[in-house]
Amino acid sequence: MINYFLKRLIQSVLVMLIVAFVSFSLFNFVGDPVHNMVGQEASMEKREEIREKLGLNDPVYTQFFRFVGNSSKGEFGLSYQLRRPVSDLISERLPATLELVFVSALIAIISGVVFGVYTGINREGYLSNFILIISLFGVSLPTFVIGILFIYLFSVILGILPSFGRGEVIHFGFWSTGFLTLSGIKALILPSVTLSLFQMTYIIRLVRAEMMEILQTDYIKFARARGIKKNIINYRHALKNGLIPVITITGINVGTLIAFSIITETVFQWPGMGLLFINAVQFVDIPIMSAYLIMVAFIFVMINFIVDIAYYFIDPRIRFKEEAVTE
Amino acid sequence: MKILARILLPLLLIGVMSPVYAATIKWSMPGDSLTLDPHAQNEGPTHMVSRQVYESLVTRVVDMSIEAQLATSWKATDPETWVFKIRDGVVFSDGSPLKASDVVFSINRALTGASDMIELIDSITSVKATFNNQVEIKTEGPNPILLNQLSQIFIMSEAWSKKHGCEQSQDFDASQETYCSINAMGTGPFKITLREQNTRTVFERNSNWWGDQSQHNIDTIELLPIKNDATRVAALLSGDIDFTNFTPAQDINRINGSALHKVESTPQARTIFFGMDQGSDELRSSNIKGKNPLKDKKVRLAMYHALDMNAIQDKVMRGLSEPAGMITFPGVQGYTKELDARLPYDPNMSKKLLTDAGYPDGFEITLDCPNNRYINDEAICVAAVSMLAKVGIKVNLNALPKSIHFKNLQNDLSDFYMLGWGVPTFDSHYVYSFLLKSDGSWNKVGFSDARVDELVGTMLTETNLDQRNANIAEAWAIVQDNMPYLPLHHQVISWGSKSNVEVPIRTNNEPLFRFAKVN
Repeated sequence: MINYFLKRLIQSVLVMLIVAFVSFSLFNFVGDPVHNMVGQEASMEKREEIREKLGLNDPVYTQFFRFVGNSSKGEFGLSYQLRRPVSDLISERLPATLELVFVSALIAIISGVVFGVYTGINREGYLSNFILIISLFGVSLPTFVIGILFIYLFSVILGILPSFGRGEVIHFGFWSTGFLTLSGIKALILPSVTLSLFQMTYIIRLVRAEMMEILQTDYIKFARARGIKKNIINYRHALKNGLIPVITITGINVGTLIAFSIITETVFQWPGMGLLFINAVQFVDIPIMSAYLIMVAFIFVMINFIVDIAYYFIDPRIRFKEEAVTE
Repeated sequence: MKILARILLPLLLIGVMSPVYAATIKWSMPGDSLTLDPHAQNEGPTHMVSRQVYESLVTRVVDMSIEAQLATSWKATDPETWVFKIRDGVVFSDGSPLKASDVVFSINRALTGASDMIELIDSITSVKATFNNQVEIKTEGPNPILLNQLSQIFIMSEAWSKKHGCEQSQDFDASQETYCSINAMGTGPFKITLREQNTRTVFERNSNWWGDQSQHNIDTIELLPIKNDATRVAALLSGDIDFTNFTPAQDINRINGSALHKVESTPQARTIFFGMDQGSDELRSSNIKGKNPLKDKKVRLAMYHALDMNAIQDKVMRGLSEPAGMITFPGVQGYTKELDARLPYDPNMSKKLLTDAGYPDGFEITLDCPNNRYINDEAICVAAVSMLAKVGIKVNLNALPKSIHFKNLQNDLSDFYMLGWGVPTFDSHYVYSFLLKSDGSWNKVGFSDARVDELVGTMLTETNLDQRNANIAEAWAIVQDNMPYLPLHHQVISWGSKSNVEVPIRTNNEPLFRFAKVN
């Protein structure tokens, strides 16, 4: 058991180091941050002085080890652009992204399951076909187009929802929330729906396929033959079994939502980490870029780690194999 | 009907209520000020924000002419010494009075440490407060453009800065933010009451301001940066913002089409041009080996005549550009309409010039172009490539993000490139010292002319203005004759706003809300 746990942990650390190294070596191709940091008047000497000060003249591996050393202590340095500590910038924007992702995941799961079950049970209905066609837009249209269409429809034409931003937020210590004000909730609607569309479509299709498969199985047929009520068959026997793969996949996809939020945040000027990252890329703000990538990698690795550990308890085959090896 | 009412009612209410609540302007631009420390970044949006809060000894007003601000009068007592009389009765927004020592402190702060303003004012050798609330500034040699430079140097309170530990401009060594980079306290018409960088910054009227409060009726400015062009336009059309000084060219007709909105345009203080490396002995990217075709003036002129800037103005810029014949713009000392007239578009002339120069079949070259720096930069380059192809010059386009493009330029890696040049001092010296002096730091075309170098020297020291203007004119005559750069156009900027919002448009794209009105 401890063996298995340790193995997974070492793998995770290794993945983090590789991600850090790959992203770090990529930064050499993004351009010269010094150009953005000084005015066009700045002399070559001044530029050189800043390069020296930031350690940009050191070889890549020296910069990398310095970075790994500092970030393991939670220090990501000072943003080149904003001249503020990166850890502060990220912790300011983390609540916005997490709230957005949380609401989108909720929308995606609830509506995905509801529509998925409905279309799985009523396969030929008009409403089912309608839902499936609409859900196709969710996968086929790029997020930024959907976002702009939503803004145009709900803000410019109908004028009922704000076109950008997060509305009024209330601060609790380090956390800022938009859940407690009307404008905050209104501001959440468009970006979270936009962000959830892709995942929702995914879940609809998954649940539908699962439902259709399960409704064909012998035990459902047997249940029907016993004269059990249709609703109980559908929701207690079929849905429960159909949800297992959905839960696994959605867990992993929450990480994807965080990554996808970059585009949604840019379109809606949502003051989260994705927007911070996009601005940083254009400015070649290496401290923010590396901290963001490390953080996203960390979230993915953590989710995977938890899933792996969960499998250990859920799937007895892994447990037995491990025990056989160790003994 | 119900839906109609739901849409129309709020609009009507806005119409009826606006005179009462008229005093707020919601302002948006793609980015935000990088820091509130007024000396830490010499950058457009950063100055746009600081200028609402901080003031300088002299300043540029709406038409870009220089006027007194915190200094009431000034004179040069000898060619290297200037004396400024500081305005009486000015108080900072915290109520403390402005003293000559604050001015001395601020200029020294801008001149030292990690300040980004050092290069701009490095001719200043000493600053000291003298009797009668006066400040004496000494320069290294005469400096005829000192006032231009001082208009960019904001004055802070010495006591406030020292109290909060930011008597020096913030440095990267100290991995800590300073109080002054997230707070601002100046003598200006507004004060910042809330700062959430990149999200929301709230300015309120400074009731202690010394100036004429009746020039504006703004009580509150909210700066709400919106990065995405389409979202920013949608926010303007839906009424979430009132004003933006960054209106994308493709949306101008749509905004003008709304009865409640308007767009104003003006030529911007920035000229776009191509640089051609005529200094190297061989081009890096050309099929011509052993010699450099761009050294030949005929080849440079051939490329000039091949570019149809009116077509680019119509098709690429949608009318929002002014074709240019020189690489600086109206308002800069040394600019004349005659010099700015373009040579005719004439592809046959181009072919003839190329044949005369010994390249009847043209040649091959790479054009380096940024794709996120100037308005439609990459599209202009694409158009230019096809125009040059018509006269036989095969151009390979290499369009890159600005952070890579400018790095390549600085490392002398380009034969043929796009560059834009703004002139914050509104004086030709700024163009010459960077782009045309033999050792100018942005002279990447290898242009070198002994007489021009001599004239650039006199621009800095000649205090007889007539003689100085004659020198500038002579320098331009030499440059226009040699054509080291291919002028393209002056950029045009557009400000979009609600119809009832009046912010006077300025060529440097910097709004001055102390002249703004909401009717």
